[in-house]
This record gives sequence, structure tokens and C-alpha cells, in this order.
Amino acid sequence: MTERSRVLAALDAVRDPELDEPITTLGFVSECIVSAAGDARVRLRLPTYFCAPNFAFLMVADAYDVVSALPEVRSADVALEGHFASAEINAGVAARAGFAVSFAGEAVGELDELRRTFLTKAVLAGTDQVCRPLLAAGLDPAALTTMTLADTPPSAQLDRLCRRRAELGLRTDPAAPLLVDPGTGAPITGTAVSMHLGRARVSRVGIEANTGICRGMLRHRYPTTGAGEEEDEG
Amino acid sequence: MYEKNGEKYFVVDSHMHYWNAAPDNWVPGAEQYAKGWIECFHAYQSLGPADTHWSIEKFQKYSEDDLMKDVFDEGHVDIAVFQPTYLTEWYKEGFNTTERNAEMGERHPGQFIYNTRWDPREGDAGLATLKANVERYGSRGVKLYTAEWREGSRGWTLKDPEAYRFLEASQELGIKNIHVHKGPTIWPLDKDAFDVSDIDHAATDFPDLNFIVEHVGLPRIEDFCFMATQEPNVYAGLSVVIGALMHARPRFFAKVMGELLFWVGEDKMTFGSDYGIWEPKWQIEGFVDWDFPAGDEYSDYPRLGVEGKKKILGLNAAKLYDIKVPGEFQPAGAEPAAQDDAKLVTQ
Repeated sequence: MTERSRVLAALDAVRDPELDEPITTLGFVSECIVSAAGDARVRLRLPTYFCAPNFAFLMVADAYDVVSALPEVRSADVALEGHFASAEINAGVAARAGFAVSFAGEAVGELDELRRTFLTKAVLAGTDQVCRPLLAAGLDPAALTTMTLADTPPSAQLDRLCRRRAELGLRTDPAAPLLVDPGTGAPITGTAVSMHLGRARVSRVGIEANTGICRGMLRHRYPTTGAGEEEDEG
Repeated sequence: MYEKNGEKYFVVDSHMHYWNAAPDNWVPGAEQYAKGWIECFHAYQSLGPADTHWSIEKFQKYSEDDLMKDVFDEGHVDIAVFQPTYLTEWYKEGFNTTERNAEMGERHPGQFIYNTRWDPREGDAGLATLKANVERYGSRGVKLYTAEWREGSRGWTLKDPEAYRFLEASQELGIKNIHVHKGPTIWPLDKDAFDVSDIDHAATDFPDLNFIVEHVGLPRIEDFCFMATQEPNVYAGLSVVIGALMHARPRFFAKVMGELLFWVGEDKMTFGSDYGIWEPKWQIEGFVDWDFPAGDEYSDYPRLGVEGKKKILGLNAAKLYDIKVPGEFQPAGAEPAAQDDAKLVTQ
């Protein structure tokens, strides 16, 4: 593995908080260069000039963190280009200041709550990904309410769901219920299963539709493929 | 009017614009925002069919002739509702004001409805302007942008006491329809501008007003759907939904439509082209031809038939705006499935 591919692999861990997908596969990494001496230069780009600055800040800060943590990286120069708040965001990230400091007098606080909001949606969307095939195979929805994670057939979707649950502090042990309220961790029981599955489904649809729009906008704005970008199916 | 397979559709374009975003209208010192804004809009147009894309020059400032041709002569629209967007911090004359819309529309009597706008942060002066606009333009609706910056403030919510004053005043002035932008960020923000909970409060406290959520809260349709399913006076404004998804992302479009039909229902969905972002012609023709693709992933969703499409394309908005619809366009009387009939099918 070259230094560049190690940096790109590290960037795979940075997600767009709203789309719940790596910034690499979304095409948000326009440039990734590492010198022989270990100086990394990463440039990020977004679908529009007006993408919400709080999400943008999260992605730039996370990218800086994962790149600068690599042992082979001596210095990390990570910056966002072509955004109305590029200057504030880049200065804030370079200075390791939080969002509220970077946008003094503007921001209403840090972004942990925002992250939680989107993780909650990601858990709901992941629930749809795991449950839909089971229901399609004929499983009764009521049966889902008594299933544990250990009862659930292993899949990449289940692994991903468990990772998101762990990030929210929800149970991921084998005996944990498959269906839980992502806000409280309480198991979903009885007739609440219909509404829960409906919420899971529409959360997934919302994220997918939004991702589709973002990809389309990015393609219009930047004709070149991003580092690590993956073709999507629309 | 659009006719297909012997069915006639009365079309109300309930969300469209007439703007000037050309460099001659940019505020000195704010050029990068004015430019960035219209380029962002232009990127949205790229999600429509290639033969409907405009050059950035035309997109910045299309003409009255362009609009009349695209919307009425070729676009099948019977009545169009202007929804203003001011953005006066970036555009000298405003981006798309009530005045600009009316100055143009008055040359074409009977074809336009002029909505106006308000901002609770403008206080008494804003109330006076609202009253004057309603008297002058006969506005029955307003378009609101809760995420708009103003003199250092970064937005407001419909829960604010000041906003309630304006909602009360709107009602007294005979305004019926409150269109709220809840969708792609209209302006850089630090508040959570996609939050729809403020509409929940206002819709409950003002049951005689209709709240049309434009762009259905995209990118957060799930929050919108949970809210709208509980509020009888909340509508799904389809501007952006059809334009951004139907052509570019047909599978996602089908799912979003399915969710809206499931949670909100065809009686509370209204068509809006968002012209000049997208021309209405391809949206209306495509929507009339549209059906769910084959596949189990769409089996949960209520179907949409000719009657439902007639409602969404015009009849629902005609009711909101008391537009007299000629008898030939009236539905055959088939009652649609009620929201309560929607069940979570789980194959």
C-alpha cells in the first residue's frame, strides 16, 4: 500500500453525516497527495457553494483528524474549496477550534447533537436494510419484535447497523433486541412494529433520495471524478 | 390544460418564480453570494432532461416571453402562483419580489396569482407592508423562509411570538395559504433550517390556515411525513420533488412519491414546477405518464391513478386558492383511499 492509498483508506472512515456514506465514495475528495517526507495535502469539495456549513465543518474536521493520526503522516494540510464558508472552516480546522469558535457570534453550539440526530436516522435506515429481506422472505413482522441480534442472519447490512448502534451507545451484544427505539434504546414491542418499520423505511428513502440529489449536483459542478469515488446506481 | 388518453388535466403551477439574478442586480460586496446562489440553482436544473437545460446567462435573467412560452404556451399551465424570494442582501432589486412578479403578471390578466411574503423580524413595518401588499396585489398566500439571514440574525421559527403576530395578521387580511420553504438550504445557516417542528405548532394553533411545506422538507422527508400525517391542514408541496428526482433518479422518485402517498395522501399534495429552475412541460407530461416501476420494493405504497394525478396537478391547489375549475376537469367523483386506509404491507 502506498502512503496515498493509506490516506485514502483513512478518509474512507469519514462520512457525510447526513448521507451516512464515506466522503471518498461520494466524490467529495478532489485531491489527495502525500510527499515522500510524509506531508499530506487533501482537498475537499461539495455539491454546492451553499451546502450547510455545519455539515461541511464536521467533514473537514473529521478528515483532518484521521489523516493527521496516521503514523506516516508528518503534516496534514486539509482544506475545503469552493464553499461560501471555506475560509472560516479551514482556519477553524487548522487551529483545531470547534465550530462555535470558527463562527464566533454565529454558531449556536457544537455539533454533537447534530451528529446524534443523523446517527439516529442512520440506525432507522439500517433497520430497514436488515428487515426488508427478512420480510420479503415471508417473515411475519410481529416475529421481528422477539428477535435478538444473535437471531438475525449475518450480513454486511447487519454489521453496519451494529456499528451505528454502537456509536449511539445502543446495545450491540448478541442478546440485544433487533428492533429498538434509536432515541431511547427501548425494545419495540407489540403493535408498535408497524409504525417503527414505516419510520425505518421512510428514513432510508429520505437518505437515498438526498444522496441522489447531492451526487447529481456534484457531477454538474465538477466534471472530474473524485479520489476514491464510486459510481452509484440511480 | 393538458390532455392525454382522453383525460383532461387542469393545471395549477403553485410554486414558480420570475427572478433577476444577472450581474446588473448584484449588490456590490456581495457578488460571490449572488453568483454562488444562482449557480447553485442552475445546478439543480441539470437534474432535468438535457434538452431542457439553459445557459447560465439565460438562467440568470430569463425574459417575460420565455416565461409565457415555457409556462403557458408550451407548459400546459392554466394558473400560476408566483412565490417571491427577496434576498435583498445580495440582489439590489431583490431576487424575485412581489413587485417584480406583479409588474409582469399584470400584462396577462387572469393567469397569475401573486403571493407575497413576510418576515417577523421586520416588526410593525413588516406588518404594514404585508397589509399594503395584500390590498394591492390581492394576495391569498405568502411564502416564508425561516432560514433567511437578516441583519445578523440567522433565521427564525414559526413558534416565535412575533411570527404568531404575523400569522394572526395574515388571517385577518384574508390570507389562507402559508407556503413555507423547508428544503434544500436557502441560505447558509447555523440553525437547523430543515426542522419542521415549528410548522407542527403553527398548524395546530391556526387550524384555519393551510400550511404548504414546499420541497416536503427534503432532505428530511421523514420528519415532514411524521408531522404531516398528524395535521389535517399541512400539505406536501412537490416543488423540487418532481423536478430533481423524476428524471434524474426515477427509483428514488418512486419511493419518495410512495412515502408521500402513504403518509400524506393524494388530497394534500400540490404540484409546483419551481420555474425557472425547471420547465413545467416535461414535469407535467412525465408525471401524467408516471407509475411505480415493477418490483417488491414499491409494494408497500398506495397506487396513484388518473384522479389522483388530477388532484395533485391542479384540483388540490384550486381548492386552496378558490380557483373556479371548469366542469370538464372535475373528477368523476371516485373518492380516493383515505389516509386511514393506508396500511403497512410487508411483503
